Amino acid sequence: MIQGRTWIFKNKPTIISSSAVGGPFEAQGPLAHDFDLLHGDLWIGQDSFEKAEKKLQEDACEQAIHKADLQKEDIQFFLSGDLMNQVISSSFTARTLGIPFLGIFGACSTSMEGLALGSLLIDGGYAKRVLAATSSHNAAAEKQYRYPTEYGSQKPPTAQWTVTGAGAVVIADEGTGLKVTAATIGRVIDMGISDPFNMGAAMAPAAVDTIQTHFRDLHLSASDYDLVVTGDLGRVGFQTANDLLEKQGLRFPKGRFYDCGLMIYNLDEQPVLSGGSGAGCSACVTFGHIFNRMRKGELRKILVVATGALLSPISYQQKESIPCIAHAVAIESEEGA
Amino acid sequence: MSDKKKKKLTPIQQQYQDFVQKREPKRPVIKNCIYAFLVGGTICLIGQAISAFYIHFFHFDEKSAGDPTVATLVFISVLMTGLGVYDHIAQKAGAGTIIPVTGFANAMASAAIEHRCEGYVLGVGGNMFKLAGSVIVFGVFSAFVIALVKVIVTKYLGGF
Repeated sequence: MIQGRTWIFKNKPTIISSSAVGGPFEAQGPLAHDFDLLHGDLWIGQDSFEKAEKKLQEDACEQAIHKADLQKEDIQFFLSGDLMNQVISSSFTARTLGIPFLGIFGACSTSMEGLALGSLLIDGGYAKRVLAATSSHNAAAEKQYRYPTEYGSQKPPTAQWTVTGAGAVVIADEGTGLKVTAATIGRVIDMGISDPFNMGAAMAPAAVDTIQTHFRDLHLSASDYDLVVTGDLGRVGFQTANDLLEKQGLRFPKGRFYDCGLMIYNLDEQPVLSGGSGAGCSACVTFGHIFNRMRKGELRKILVVATGALLSPISYQQKESIPCIAHAVAIESEEGA
Repeated sequence: MSDKKKKKLTPIQQQYQDFVQKREPKRPVIKNCIYAFLVGGTICLIGQAISAFYIHFFHFDEKSAGDPTVATLVFISVLMTGLGVYDHIAQKAGAGTIIPVTGFANAMASAAIEHRCEGYVLGVGGNMFKLAGSVIVFGVFSAFVIALVKVIVTKYLGGF
C-alpha cells in the first residue's frame, strides 16, 4: 500500500536476524560490544583494501545467515550495494554466496534502500527470505574518493571519517524478530554544496525532506517514534537538520533524534573530525547497536533515515555540486506490532 | 566559495548555504599557521643540521652539501610515509609538512604504496605521479616562464 511517497507494509516483513562487522577503529568506539565480529587489522588478511571490504561484507552476510539458523540456499534474493566503483564489494560477495543478486547504489543510504526494497519483495509475496547488506572501508573509500591513505593532507573540521564496517539483515515473511512497517523513498536534493569535505551539510536537506514527508504521509507527530536516527550527517549536518526540522515545526523530544555518525565513534578521543560516514556507518549502528536495544525492549518504534551523497570523484573535479538522497525505514519491535 | 560560483545558485540554495555556514566550524587558520610554522621550521632545522653534518664530517662545501641533505630528508619522509606516521603529523602540521621537500616525497611514496596492489607497472609506475605530477608540470612551466623573464630583463633591458 502506498500513501504519498511512503510504502506501508501490510504483512510486516520480519527482520529475523541482523549482523554488524567492524574494523580496528570501530573496535575502539563506544559501540564495540554491539558488533558480531571486529577485525583487528585494516587489511582483514587480504592484500588490498578493496578485497578487505569484500571480506567484511562476506563476513556480515555469513553472520546474518548463521544467526537466522539458515543456509545460504534458503535465501532467495540478495540485495546489496557499497561505495566502490561498479559496486564490486557487493557483486563479489554475491559471487561467493551464489544467491540471485540485485546490485543497488545509494551511496551511504544503501543500508535503508536495501532494507526497504527487501521488505517490499517480502510484503508483495515475491520472496520468502531476502538478505540485504552493505559495506564500506575507510582506506578503500579514501583511495577512491580522495587521496592515497598515507598522503599528508590536512582535512577541515567538517570532514568525516568513513566507517570500516559492514551490516546485513535477513528479512522473512514469517518468524520472530523486528517488524518493518513502512518505508519512505527519498528524492534527490541538491542545495548547491560542492565541498566533499562537508557532506553532512550537503545531505542534511535530503534527510529533512524525507523525514518531513514520512511524518506527513503517515500523519505522525514528533513523539510517535522512540528514536529517529539519521545515517551519517556528522556534527555539522545533524545540527543543520535538527535546526531545519525545528524551523518547519517538527521538534523531537529530547534524546529521540540522533545520528549514527555521532554514535559509532568516541568523538572527543578518536580523530574523526565531524563524525563517522560511509555506507557501513548506518548499517553497523542500526543493524548492530540499535536493533540490539530494540530486542532488549529499550526501544519499541524507530525510524532510520540513511543519508547518501551521490557524488563521484569525477563529478567533484568537474565542479558539480553534491546531489543527496535519504531513505527512511520504520521498524517496530514485535510486541508493538 | 567564490562569488562567481555563488551566482549560479538558486535563491533557495543561497539561503541554505548561508544557513549552514553559521553551523560550520571554521578552519582554525591561525592555529594551523602556527603549527605549520613550527613543524615546517623544525624540518628546516633538521635539514640544516644534516647539512652541517655533511659539511663537517664528509667535507662537502656549503653548495654541494645541498644534494645529500635533500636525499636524506626525502629518505626520512618516505620511511615515515611507509610506517604510516606522516599523514598523522600532516593532519596537525598542514602546510608545514607539505611545503618542504618532504611533502613532495610523501606525495609520491603514498601514491606508490596505495597502488602497489594494482601491480608494479600499471599500479606503482602509473600512479606514482598522480599527485606529484602536477607539481612537476607547473614547476617546470613556471621555471620556464621565470627563465624567459630573466633573459628578457638581462639581455634587452640591460639588467639591474
